[in-house]
Amino acid sequence: MSSPLDLYPISEKAPERAVSASGMPLDRLTLDAIVSGRVGADDIRISADVLKQQAAIARAAGRDRLALNLERAAELVAVPQDIILETYEMMRPGRLQDSRLLSARAEMLRRDYGAHAIAALIDEAVAVYERRNLFRRRY
Amino acid sequence: MTSAPRWRRFDEWDTRPLRHDQFAAEDPEAGFATFHSPWDPTPSARVENGRVVEIDGKQEADFDILDSFIAAHHLDLEVIEEAMAMDPAEVARMLVDINVPRETLEQLARGMTPAKLVSVVSRMSSLEITFAYSKMRQRRTPGNQAHVTNAKDDPLQLAADSAVAVALGFDEVETTMRVASNSWANAIACAVGAAVGRGGVLFQCSIEEAEELRIGMAGFTSYAETVSVYGTEAAFVDGDDTPWSKAFLTAAYASRGMKARCTSGASAELLMGFHERQSVLYLEARCLCLQRAMGVQGTQNGGIDGAPLTASMAGGMRELMAENLIAAWLGLECASGNDTRISESEIRVGAKITPFLMAGSDLLCSGFGSIRKYDNSFNPSLFNGEDIEDFLVLQRDFEADGGLTPVDEGDIREIRMHAIRAIAAVFEELELATVPESWMVSVAAASGSLETETFPTSEVTRISAAIRDRGLTAVDVVRALERRGFAREAENLLLMLRQRISGDYLQTSAILRDGRVISALNDPNDYRGPGSGYRMSDARRDAVRNVRDLQTREKVLERERRLDPTAEPWLIVAGEAQKGTDPREVVIGLSPAFGNELTQTTAGHDLIDVVLALTDGIREGGGAPRLIRIRHTADTSFLGLTAARLSGSGYAIGIQAKGTAVIHRADRLPHMNIELFSNAPVTTLEHYRAMGRNAALYARGETPEPIIVPVDGQALGARYHVRVAMLYAIETGLVVPEAAPVDLEMSIGQGGLSR
Repeated sequence: MSSPLDLYPISEKAPERAVSASGMPLDRLTLDAIVSGRVGADDIRISADVLKQQAAIARAAGRDRLALNLERAAELVAVPQDIILETYEMMRPGRLQDSRLLSARAEMLRRDYGAHAIAALIDEAVAVYERRNLFRRRY
Repeated sequence: MTSAPRWRRFDEWDTRPLRHDQFAAEDPEAGFATFHSPWDPTPSARVENGRVVEIDGKQEADFDILDSFIAAHHLDLEVIEEAMAMDPAEVARMLVDINVPRETLEQLARGMTPAKLVSVVSRMSSLEITFAYSKMRQRRTPGNQAHVTNAKDDPLQLAADSAVAVALGFDEVETTMRVASNSWANAIACAVGAAVGRGGVLFQCSIEEAEELRIGMAGFTSYAETVSVYGTEAAFVDGDDTPWSKAFLTAAYASRGMKARCTSGASAELLMGFHERQSVLYLEARCLCLQRAMGVQGTQNGGIDGAPLTASMAGGMRELMAENLIAAWLGLECASGNDTRISESEIRVGAKITPFLMAGSDLLCSGFGSIRKYDNSFNPSLFNGEDIEDFLVLQRDFEADGGLTPVDEGDIREIRMHAIRAIAAVFEELELATVPESWMVSVAAASGSLETETFPTSEVTRISAAIRDRGLTAVDVVRALERRGFAREAENLLLMLRQRISGDYLQTSAILRDGRVISALNDPNDYRGPGSGYRMSDARRDAVRNVRDLQTREKVLERERRLDPTAEPWLIVAGEAQKGTDPREVVIGLSPAFGNELTQTTAGHDLIDVVLALTDGIREGGGAPRLIRIRHTADTSFLGLTAARLSGSGYAIGIQAKGTAVIHRADRLPHMNIELFSNAPVTTLEHYRAMGRNAALYARGETPEPIIVPVDGQALGARYHVRVAMLYAIETGLVVPEAAPVDLEMSIGQGGLSR
C-alpha cells in the first residue's frame, strides 16, 4: 500500500482501521452486539483517527481543502456537543461585542482539546470581524 | 371603419398554465441580471509576499468577508498567475474539449477568482455548458435525491413514503417538518422507512443547525445540506453567519460523521435584498469559491429557493446550469437544483430537466418531490409525486440515467405496508405509541395526507418530544426492529451506522449503492468522449426501459383479436370476383385480415357492425352494396381502387380491419381518392354509414358533402400507433401478391346469407 488512496473505501479495503470514538472496531458493531445491549451511543461515533485517515485519503486524491476540513473535524471529535454549539453561536455575526471573548474561546480549544487548526480559524475570524465591524449588536 | 378585433388566440394563451409565470425584464441596477451586470468587476488578482492582495479589482484593505476568506483559503498561489492570465475563450474551449482532462481544469479553477470563472462560462452556450457539465461532474454514476415530507408530519406516511423513495432508487432522502418540534418523530420514521427495501440510503432532516447536529449524533441522519452561504457580505450577515462560522459548522458535522454540503444559488441575494447590483452568476461564483475554501465536499446549487426568480430572467435556465458547472469545475459534489418548481408550465419543467438527464449529475434534483405537491413541506419541486412516471419515461426516451427505476405496483403495495408495520412495531417496542390497524391500512392506500386517518399532530409532537427527552438513538431502533422480527431492516439501519464509523461517505460525491460507498474517489467521472464515462449496464438499461404497461405483441393480440375458434365464419367466399354491371353498385373491398384474423377497428367497433353500417348506408343512398375480399394488398388506396375497378358504378369503398376507409373511383390515380377516413380511432359507426351513403350518391352522379370526421387534437399516434403497427402487421402477413379478389357472402345472426 503506497498511497492512502489504496485504503479507500476503508470499510472495504481496511475495515480493521475503522474504530469508533469509543474504541470499538467495526467488526464488533453487529446486530448481536446491539441486541444484547453491548453498543452505546459513543460506539456509533466516528473517531478522530478515522477522520485523519480520511483527510490523508482526500489529500492523496488532490482535494487538499477537504482534507483540511476533515482535519479540523478530527480536532472537534473530543469537543463536547454543547461547547461546539456554543462556539458556533459565538462565531455568528453580532453575537459578541467583545472580540476578546472569541479569542479566549480559540485559546481554550487550543489548550484543552489541542484544536490548533480550529483555533487558527477562529483567530482569523476575529481579525476579519474587527475590520468589518461584525462585533456589533444585531439584536 | 371598425377597429381590428382582438385575436382570440390571446384569450386562449391567457388561460394556459404558462401565464401564471412571471417574466422579468433585465434590470441590473435592481439585481435582475443573469450573466453580466455593469457593476460586475473585471477579473484580476495580485499576489504580494505570498498573500493575495487584490481580487477582482478590490484591494486587500477593502476585502469584505467573502473576499478575505476566498483570498486566504480558495486561491492557490501555485496556479493563480497562470490561471488568471489565460484567455477565457481558450479555457471555455478546454471545458468542452474531450482531450483536456477534468483534473487539468480543476487545477486551473483553483487559481481563478469568481469574476474569472464567470468570464469563462458566460461565453458558453446552453449546449456547451451541458456538455462541459457531463465532463466535469465529479462522480461517474448519476444519482438523485427525494423529498419525503407530509402536511401532517405523520410518521406512518413518512415511513411508507421513504420506503417508496428507496424503491424508486433515490440515493438520498431529505425530510423537514411543518412543526419544528416534530423533527425527532420525522427522523425516526424516515430512517425506519428508508431501511425497508435495499437500504443504504443517505438521510437528512432539515432543521435548525443545533437540532440537526443532535439528530445526527443520535444516528438517525447521515448528511446535512443546510449550510447556506450567500454571495454578498450583507446577505451573509443577514443570513446570520459568516464564512468562518459556516466553516466551523462544516467541520462540526464531519466530526459527528455526517456528510455535509453547502446550499447556495442564484437570486438568493436578490430575494434577501442585498445584491449589490451584481449579476446572479457572479454572486454565485463567489459562493462557490467560498465553499471550496471551506473544505466542504459539495454543494446544492442551481437556484434552489431563488430558481423561480432566476428562471423569470432571460437566460435564467442557462445561468442555473452555468452555476452547476462552476461547482463541478471547482471539484465540488453538485446536487444540481431542479428542486423548487420554476414554472406552472409542464413544458418548461420538462425542458428544465432534460439537459441534466443527458449530462447526468451527482444528484440530478436536490429534492425531487416524491410525495404529492401539497405534502411537500419545502415547496413543490420541479418534479413531484404526480409526475414520477413522466420522469421515468424521459429516462427511457433518452436512455439516460436519472437515478430512478420503475416500480411494480404489487411490490409497492407490500413495501408500503411493511414500512408502516415496521415503524408501528418500533413505536410499540419503544413504548412511544400504539398504532391501530385501521390507520395502517388508511396510510398504506393513501396517495397523500389529505386522505389519511392517522395520528393527530399533537400526538406526533408528544412522540417526538419523548424520543428526544429519553435520548433514544438509532441503536435503540435497530434493537427494536430486530426484536420485532424486522431483521433485514435492522441490518440495513446498522449498515448506515457502520458507514458512519468508517467515514467513507465524507469524501466528495459519496452515496451508497448496494451497501457500498461510491464517490468521486473510487467512481470518478472519467468522461473522455464517446465510449467513456458513465454508461448504463445492460441490467440497468433493462430496468430503465421497463416502464409500466409496456405493450407487447402478445398483450395487444390477445386483447384485440378476440378470435373465437368455435364461431362460424361470417364472411363466406363465393368465388372469384368479376366486374359488376349494375350502375348502382358500390363494392366494398375488405382487407386480407378483415373479419377473420382481426375483428374490431381501433375505435373498438365490431367489424360486423362496420360492414352493416356501410351496407345500410349504401342502400340509404340508393346504391347496391357488394362485398369482396382483396388479398393482394392491404393498403387503403389500393383496396379502394381495386374494388372500384370491379364496381358496376366505378365507385367503391376500401377498408382495412383497423377501420381506415376510403371512397375511390375506377378512373383515378391510386392516391387521388374521393374521401378518406384516416383517423380510425375516432371514426364512429355513424360515420361509416354516412360514408356508405355518400358512395352511393356519387355512384348516382350526385355531389354530396364529404363526411368530415372531427378531431380534437388528440395525439392519435401516441395513443394508438403501437397497436396499429402490431395489428397491421397481421394484415400484411396475409397478403398474397398474385391472389385475385373474391366475392363474399355474409352469414349473420340467424344464419341467413346476404350480399
